[in-house]
Amino acid sequence: MSVTKAPPPTRDTGEDPRPAPRAEAGRRLNSPLVLTLLMLLVVLCQGPIRGALGAPVMQSWMTVFVAVLVQALPFLVLGVLLSAAIAVFVPPSFFARALPKNPALAVPVAGVAGAVLPGCECASVPVAGALVRRGVTPAAALAFLLSAPAINPIVLTATAVAFPRDPEMVVARLVASLLVACAMGWLWLRLGRTDLLKPPARHAYEGQGRGAAFWGSVRHDVMHAGGFLVVGAMAAATLKSVVPQAWLRTAAENPVIAVLALAALAVVLSICSEADAFVAASLTQFSLTARLTFLVVGPMIDLKLFAMQTGTFGRAFALRFAPATLALAIVVSVLTGWVML
Amino acid sequence: MNRQAQSAVLFVLGAALLHAGLTDLYLRYVKAGLRPLVLAAGVVLIATALATAWYEWRHKDHGEGPGEGHGEGHVHREPRVSWLLVLPLFALILVAPPALGSYSAMRTGTALQQAYGYQKLPADGPLRLGLADYAGRAVYEHGRGLAGRQITITGFAALDRSGAPYLVRMALNCCAADAQPVKVGLTGQVPPVLKPDGWLQVTGTYTAKRTKDSVNGGPIPYLQVTRAEPVPTPHDPYDETWNN
Repeated sequence: MSVTKAPPPTRDTGEDPRPAPRAEAGRRLNSPLVLTLLMLLVVLCQGPIRGALGAPVMQSWMTVFVAVLVQALPFLVLGVLLSAAIAVFVPPSFFARALPKNPALAVPVAGVAGAVLPGCECASVPVAGALVRRGVTPAAALAFLLSAPAINPIVLTATAVAFPRDPEMVVARLVASLLVACAMGWLWLRLGRTDLLKPPARHAYEGQGRGAAFWGSVRHDVMHAGGFLVVGAMAAATLKSVVPQAWLRTAAENPVIAVLALAALAVVLSICSEADAFVAASLTQFSLTARLTFLVVGPMIDLKLFAMQTGTFGRAFALRFAPATLALAIVVSVLTGWVML
Repeated sequence: MNRQAQSAVLFVLGAALLHAGLTDLYLRYVKAGLRPLVLAAGVVLIATALATAWYEWRHKDHGEGPGEGHGEGHVHREPRVSWLLVLPLFALILVAPPALGSYSAMRTGTALQQAYGYQKLPADGPLRLGLADYAGRAVYEHGRGLAGRQITITGFAALDRSGAPYLVRMALNCCAADAQPVKVGLTGQVPPVLKPDGWLQVTGTYTAKRTKDSVNGGPIPYLQVTRAEPVPTPHDPYDETWNN
């Protein structure tokens, strides 16, 4: 595969070079051709396709699917631009200076620093990926990944607006989210192995102008994270338009099941962290602690995030990191809720 | 997917976002406040597509080895999951699904919540209220200031399993994924045939009649209908008053 390219390939973490025989078979049908054919086919079959999608379930599914994407894409683009800027314009030495040398101290500092990234979880995954590639200790980058979507001012304000009668909810959310983020960072320091993380790609910006590197990074991240975002949006749409809502009512009656049910709901719904407070507020039949769990779990781990983490950090990592985060987030939320709410 | 195809997908995706943001299409999916962000994202995606195409072209032009799309040397393929980005394109451009309607409304419980306070109503004359506003006043203010007045509200029609008619407006905080219905039951001179999802402007009077939502037990007030006429779908189909 390495025969042809003169300049080193760009930082293409997920772009595994295809094994030669398979690649040769794929070559004949190159992707622009496939894309054009696909577009033509869909345009020609517009009528039947619309007919098939006319059922109310399908329409509602499509609306939620498109809505999640239209709502998340701007934030994804914001995160991608930021991560490209970090990757191209910020020298690695900056982070070495900004973060404490001791990784155990760097974790809480990075966790608190999450407060400055105004956006939702779609933005934090590419940024955390860029931090790891820039030599930030993974534990600190993970603490940032988990805390940023939950504790930034926009999200906390939305929480305050959604719970006008329970201002302690905002504090509880901040405390619980920071605790989980730091705990996960320290846990990674203790148990994490670098081989679980997808190896950061070679340093690939030499031989390219900064412009080329910047736009290359933006393109790569949008294609990559965007694809996984589509997976998450499909899951959220399925839950919203296919699963009966009456199930929720039964779940709310038992306190233990209520917490677990809302944690599970946060994972499958994959709502943007800027909006989840309003959804939590509307789940009035559930206890405040259960709703706090919803608010802590959602920004840290949901289907969309899991898919995006798989894309950025690799499957081996996501398969271990996600369940650990989920368990820890539930435990910490219940404890925080017990103490504060 | 090679770079040329990626460039094409990014371009069309950006164009679709711009199209949605420049028309009222985006209001079917997200809150009005997201418009600048949607437009900015569209511009960035198009810029990325153009930059990709430009560097690809220059790369080839300078003869630094064969470019992509020439058979050999596709080192830069994105994973297959990128192909999924084609789905929202078709959904947004070809289908442009409608705003959430009676199907979602009837399978979700009413989300009526008590507001901080209710603005004072004008002392007399007919009233034109938002559907959620009427429902809130009817339930939590026990119809104070509403009794005996002619009230007009707008929403779409929905029928529950037993065929009972409701007028519904979906309230939205961020995007359609978090949209929740506010329902008002219709009683009195309801049109004999109601088309679900059809938008209606209903005029009537306050009644103390109430019912409980069969999905979540939430309160549903009623309106004693005197007249109902079909109206076109409003500019913003969702109720966004909860954003403020």
